[in-house]
Amino acid sequence: MDRLLFLLATGLARGAIFALFALALVLIWRAARVVNFAQGAMAVVATYVAFAVTGLTGSYWIGLASALVAGGLMGLVVERGVMRFATHASPLSGVIIAIGVVMVLQSALGIAFGPNARPMEAPFPETPILLGGVPVLSPYDLFVLVVAVGLMGLLALLFTRTSLGLQLRASAFAPEVSRLLGVRVARMVTAGWVLASAVGALAALLLVPTELGLNPHSADMLFVSAFTVAVVGGLDSPPGALIGGLGVGVLISLVTGYLGATVAPIAVLVLLVAVLLVRPGGLFAATEARTA
Amino acid sequence: MSAGTQAPLSAGPLTTSIRAGERGGARSRRPTPRLLVTALVLTVVAIGATFLLDPYRNYQFALIAATFCATAGLTLLIGLTGQLSLGHAALMAAGGYGYALTANALTEAGIDGVPRFVLSLAGAVAASGLLGLLLGLAAARLKGPYLSGVTLVLVIALPAFTAVFSGVLRGDQGVQIAYDGVPELLRTIIAVEQWQAWVAILVAAVFVTWLAALRNGSAGLRMRAVRDDETAARLQGVRAGRVKVLAFTASSITAGAGGAVLCFVTQSVSPGAYTLAFSLLLVVAVVIGGLGSLLGAFLGSIVIVMLPWLIQTATGALDLSADAAQRLTGNLPVLVFGVLLIVVTAAWPGGIRGALPKRPRRGATSAPTEEPSTTSAAAPIPTTTER
Repeated sequence: MDRLLFLLATGLARGAIFALFALALVLIWRAARVVNFAQGAMAVVATYVAFAVTGLTGSYWIGLASALVAGGLMGLVVERGVMRFATHASPLSGVIIAIGVVMVLQSALGIAFGPNARPMEAPFPETPILLGGVPVLSPYDLFVLVVAVGLMGLLALLFTRTSLGLQLRASAFAPEVSRLLGVRVARMVTAGWVLASAVGALAALLLVPTELGLNPHSADMLFVSAFTVAVVGGLDSPPGALIGGLGVGVLISLVTGYLGATVAPIAVLVLLVAVLLVRPGGLFAATEARTA
Repeated sequence: MSAGTQAPLSAGPLTTSIRAGERGGARSRRPTPRLLVTALVLTVVAIGATFLLDPYRNYQFALIAATFCATAGLTLLIGLTGQLSLGHAALMAAGGYGYALTANALTEAGIDGVPRFVLSLAGAVAASGLLGLLLGLAAARLKGPYLSGVTLVLVIALPAFTAVFSGVLRGDQGVQIAYDGVPELLRTIIAVEQWQAWVAILVAAVFVTWLAALRNGSAGLRMRAVRDDETAARLQGVRAGRVKVLAFTASSITAGAGGAVLCFVTQSVSPGAYTLAFSLLLVVAVVIGGLGSLLGAFLGSIVIVMLPWLIQTATGALDLSADAAQRLTGNLPVLVFGVLLIVVTAAWPGGIRGALPKRPRRGATSAPTEEPSTTSAAAPIPTTTER
């Protein structure tokens, strides 16, 4: 029972990270109708920046800020630099270009920093707090949860209460009409990419200290889990990403805890295939059928 | 030259005749015997070429032929049906495991030589075909990035599968098989690498010819119809779901044959050989070769086998520290391939095949020069099939 509680709590913390990363995928999907397969590699680049900055200044918080900035810049560069050339008539070209970006970024990181994992320190202790004699959450997990939920709240405010959020939503749902009404749709797409990449970078930065360390492939499994989360929740639905993220996080935590870490990817695959077969629109999608 | 080039040679006139058939109603297809003759000639040429190569080159030739099996299936899948699979390495692995397990069972039963190879190849086809059928059933309901995502997860989960079923699949170590030497008759003439290249070429020839026949026949026509406009195809009575499942299964079977050949050449199959990176390389090969083109898939296979080796040789010649050299050999090819992938997709969607001069059309009375069809404007990537 203690173990179950512990696994559930860790699963929630891990799930919050998945949810953030899935939210990044959802943001780009809504803005550009592209599943950004390069999200993981872009986030790892930003995490390397944070790692370097933290190493230079000694401050985790400056590193965190620099990861956000670097993530946003990556979004700008990738969207303006390469993704713009993807033809929108076929969803394949966007995916193929994103894969090209993954290969370029990961190999460049590999050349620059080598394949070895670099340990990354968390700003808070990672030993679980005892709650009535039962180990539950570490202070770091708590920090992750607070940051993730806080950021999602901010994003919700941005999208529902500000003019920028209204323009973002408008250009995602009806680009032609928005253009007629004076919204700069191309700029909004870029803004969506910048926002999403910064969120993705933050998610990777939060995840890495709980894993083995930082290497060019650190975010591969994060991407896979978050893709599953986004599909389970419905690619169009931010609340779906949140709920799906927590659900998948708990599922992976339970599978890892009871069946072993090797089974976790299989569980993700089974969940993904099952959801796609039974409810291809995702569990929380508003629309019945997807078109792309 | 190799067995690989047979299909594109037949492609030009053939697609026009299908187009003529689409327009005129009466279908005048190029007869299958001609495809078989082309395939036979190219196979003989490829086998002849192995006499000109040294053993290491023959080994690389065998790798190229094995890779070509997989890329040929992948290029037709993407080009003809628009389904992008990022997990073909996992399907190759299924074929490799099917081959290795059958071969080991047969060795214990006392069967060896050619019967063992043929039966094991059948085992590989069964394993990869079954996995492909299951994936295809899922794929038929998915569009665009969803199938890519599922296949991506599949290839990432491959080491987990081998670890969970380590009783049969032997975990990270993989399955080893007995060494297949040169048959008695040929032992005085050729070395083992050349023999392996022969086997690889023969298998590739058989499976790619099958794919070409599939593409050129009515199945290929239905696949293109579903790709270009699924609703219209359904209204014409084409069973879209069934067509997609068939395409995915056929593509998996050839990928599995490629995996079987790789297992035959290296005498082992392990998850370490079928990583996500390798899977993405297969995609690189078909994209830079030109989506939908078998000749392109062959040229792409040469590139992805030879370029890493060239880069390794080049960095070996430079005076680098061991660490730097190791980083470069592992990553530089991936960097180059990534750049190629982006540039080709963005600027040069026809790939190598699109850049080659089009062959003059034989017997082109019924074939006016290609007019861009409306569908090619709607689906820019797969149009290369029609070249």
